Amino acid sequence: MLTRQRGLAVRRPSRYGNGETQVHLRGLLTENLNLNLERSGATAATCGSGVTYGRPAPLESARWWARNTEAGAGSGPVGWPCRSMTQSVVVQVGQCGNQIGCCFWDLALREHAAVNKAVLIDMEEGVVNEILQGPLRDVFDSKQLITDISGSGNNWAVGHKVFGSLYQEKILEKLRKSAEHCDCLQCFFIIHSMGGGTGSGLGTFLLKVLEDEFPEVYRFVTSIYPSGEDDVITSPYNSILAMKELNEHADCVLPIDNQSLFDIISKIDLMVNSGKLGAAIKPKSLVTSSTGVFKNRQEKPFDAMNNIVANLLLNLTSSSRFEGSLNMDLNEISMNLVPFPQLHYLVSSLTPLYTLADVNIPPRRLDQMFSDAFSRDHQLIRADPRHSLYLACALMVRGNVQISDLRRNIERLKPSLQFVSWNQEGWKTSLCSVPPVGHSHSLLALANNTCVKPTFIELRERFLRLYKKKAHLHHYLQIEGMEESCFTEAVSSLSALIQEYNQLDATKSMPVEDLPRLNVAM
Amino acid sequence: MGNGRAQCRRLGQVLAEACAEALPKPRLEARSCAESAKARWTVAHFFEGVCFGLFLSMSIVTVQLGQCGNQIGFEVFDALFNDSHCSRGLCSKRENEAYQASCKERFFSEEENGVPVARAVLVDMEPKVINQTLSKAACSGRWKYGQHSCFCQKQGSGNNWAYGYSVHGPRHEESIMNLIRKEVEKCESLSGFFIIMSMAGGTGSGLGAFVTQNLQDQYSSALKMNQIIWPYGTGEVIVQNYNSILTLSHLYRSSDALLVHENDAVHKICVKLMNIKQVSFCDINQVLAHQLGSVFQPTYSGEGLFHYRRNPLGDLMENLVPHPEFKMLGVRNIPQMSENSLAYSTFTWAGLLKHLRQMLISNAKMEEGIDWQVRPPLSGLPPLGKMSVNKETHFNTSIANLVILRGKDVQSADVGAFKDPALYTSWLEPVHAFSVWKTQRAFRKYEKSAALVSNSQSLVKPLDMIVGKAWNMFASRAYLHQYTKFGIEEEDFLDSFTLLEQVIASYCNL
Repeated sequence: MLTRQRGLAVRRPSRYGNGETQVHLRGLLTENLNLNLERSGATAATCGSGVTYGRPAPLESARWWARNTEAGAGSGPVGWPCRSMTQSVVVQVGQCGNQIGCCFWDLALREHAAVNKAVLIDMEEGVVNEILQGPLRDVFDSKQLITDISGSGNNWAVGHKVFGSLYQEKILEKLRKSAEHCDCLQCFFIIHSMGGGTGSGLGTFLLKVLEDEFPEVYRFVTSIYPSGEDDVITSPYNSILAMKELNEHADCVLPIDNQSLFDIISKIDLMVNSGKLGAAIKPKSLVTSSTGVFKNRQEKPFDAMNNIVANLLLNLTSSSRFEGSLNMDLNEISMNLVPFPQLHYLVSSLTPLYTLADVNIPPRRLDQMFSDAFSRDHQLIRADPRHSLYLACALMVRGNVQISDLRRNIERLKPSLQFVSWNQEGWKTSLCSVPPVGHSHSLLALANNTCVKPTFIELRERFLRLYKKKAHLHHYLQIEGMEESCFTEAVSSLSALIQEYNQLDATKSMPVEDLPRLNVAM
Repeated sequence: MGNGRAQCRRLGQVLAEACAEALPKPRLEARSCAESAKARWTVAHFFEGVCFGLFLSMSIVTVQLGQCGNQIGFEVFDALFNDSHCSRGLCSKRENEAYQASCKERFFSEEENGVPVARAVLVDMEPKVINQTLSKAACSGRWKYGQHSCFCQKQGSGNNWAYGYSVHGPRHEESIMNLIRKEVEKCESLSGFFIIMSMAGGTGSGLGAFVTQNLQDQYSSALKMNQIIWPYGTGEVIVQNYNSILTLSHLYRSSDALLVHENDAVHKICVKLMNIKQVSFCDINQVLAHQLGSVFQPTYSGEGLFHYRRNPLGDLMENLVPHPEFKMLGVRNIPQMSENSLAYSTFTWAGLLKHLRQMLISNAKMEEGIDWQVRPPLSGLPPLGKMSVNKETHFNTSIANLVILRGKDVQSADVGAFKDPALYTSWLEPVHAFSVWKTQRAFRKYEKSAALVSNSQSLVKPLDMIVGKAWNMFASRAYLHQYTKFGIEEEDFLDSFTLLEQVIASYCNL
């Protein structure tokens, strides 16, 4: 728990590494503690297990949620009408992955508790108390999960090669078991960081395992990329090695970097504390604010940062959990946003960052939400989609928003955005009628845009700087199965990806024209 | 095309002859030889036996596919039911009852407890929308869907036409076709199938194309009309142009007619005519259902006859689809307005028909913003030659038109203006190209209303847009891997492009 105790004033710590390594496979936690390569205190594991295997008392919403999102959950009868039948399994790997996962589960529960409130009014207190006083709290506060393995030491090779082969069978066995519990397993969400050892190494190892074992199930990866001034010296190595795996085995990757999350938090802090808006902001509506279970804990910047990512995942899965007049299934995301197999990196943005307490929403404010989604400082990665080339863009709206609002805003924003010549109308939209808790409406924008390229180029530069000096290379090469070719192949895989983006960028200045069509002889 | 024209002419003649022989003659005899009312009744009854239900409608089985198909299907049944049961019909009680009975026989079957059950099969690959649709119908308490008439799975097609067509289709073929067979068995006589689907998504479009093909194989003599929802130009599904060309090309091979509704056009109607500020999908679907209702509700079977047409689907195809190369139909209707405005409006048949005609020839989808400058080409002059799809204002040439009039004084309505040969392609006589259906029974709250179903050039432009966009994308090979993954290869795309370019060229050359 070292990293968490550093405050804002000190240098921002790394969110991976520091000797701590954790792996959680959602849905197989209670029975499978020995799988956790974990030393620190409880994280999401406890959260999930408390929910899943909670008391026999009917914790309807939690159970329903668990059943519908998590493998192996909900062994008891479920009284809640099933609104969706597809399930996803969240796989959280490493410290960073687990912290985010923890926030995600917490928010998800809160969201379903809130929906319950609307349906069964007297359930509210019960559900909340159940969560606060139930096993969730106990396990969360007191139980320490300790394993005898000391982590990956910020070494991708240790996570990938050593732990990978060591735990492959166990992990597989548990994964199969969780899949058996699923009615219709649609998606694996893998949350991990790129710079450390376990998240990056074992996380990407799992990706391959999942691909072999469940070829039909989509693999969505949320990857936390290291910032430039990062305190893990080997993070460029780890990231580049992990990138090759992401290139080859992921269906969609949502790259996120710490710096952007931090900037968003600073921006919100500034807004809240400037006094200009302070009182007008609706309590608990910040995209960064943590929630119910965590209420007593003092908020740290990481909690806020993790919450942003958790919100991203929450909105991503909203359409498969709630009704809406225009559903978007998870498999539609890769279908619509990935025109070529390798170009599956999606830049995400979340708006609004907070909701004002005033309930009446002028359309102007709704439109602002759409505008913000395209601005540079709302992206979860340092990138400027407005000045790069769009291959495709998805807008996932929640709350009381109509198709006409969506259409109006697309028309309004289109002229300022550049789309690739063959996809001038590359918009995918969805409407989910249930807004996130505390908000009246929200928007998640996913863009397949060449603006991710600078992140990759920078990563390659940092890698090459280290690699030229062969710095720290021996730590990797001493691991069985690691050779220098692993590095050269990884860097050429990344270069190929950058080249693909370059080729698309080169079409930017070309005029859009219709190609000669097939001729019909009459 | 020379051959094609001759073929069409022959086909038209054959159809007209067959029609003249089949029905009107015995009816005329019946009228002339029967002096008293009683005798007339007896003879009519006799012919009812002979012709199998002269007064009874043949039934239509509706197949609702995918999210869009199911949402619209519900609105259509609700509109049909509510119209046939609304207290005002501005006609005699007896007539209203006959209208009701005809509508019911066509679209509903009776269950023991008396609640009519829609003759529909609901298919979707995910449960949310079907559950919603079923409960909405059950909540109305007036009609419902059959208990065992739906099929759903847990995971949708993810906007992938190939997944719907090549994976879901074959995998669930037996279950879906069984459901349809059971529904068909409930019909005393089957006219055909009405298949409601979108063409942009994966389930409605891919699975819809698959199911239509199977219906063609298994019920080759029943008619198949596909109601197709044309996607918005932008914003719904990125691969919509691919999905659309695959859908259209497959349906062109297996369906008898494609009734097309464009989301963009209906959206405009909601904004401009219905005065809806925030248009929702529900609003769009209701306008659509209104248009479909105005076509499919009962009408008299002929001039001066007072029993209802028994096979509207068959008659519609016979009138509107004279050649398999041309099977895209569009619907226009007038008046269309919010209930508030309706209360303060009066209409004349002459006014309505004048507008409707101009809507047709200037290719306007609604009565607002009609271009009155567009005139038919002067007869006697050589045809204008190849239509250019890019030209902004253009006279919209028809192959065939059907006008449906409902309401007060309908006998007095003069549809002569629609019989102008200049409106039609040269190879079909106006007498074969134009028909009119009437009933005194008013439709919903409209004292007088008119609908026009036409087979004309008006869909060439949207079709050309879709093919063009899909072609641009295809040239860069974007998204193809998503289709080849499920067995739809580049060759299949090329086949679709070829077929649709042919269709565009044929319509342009009218």
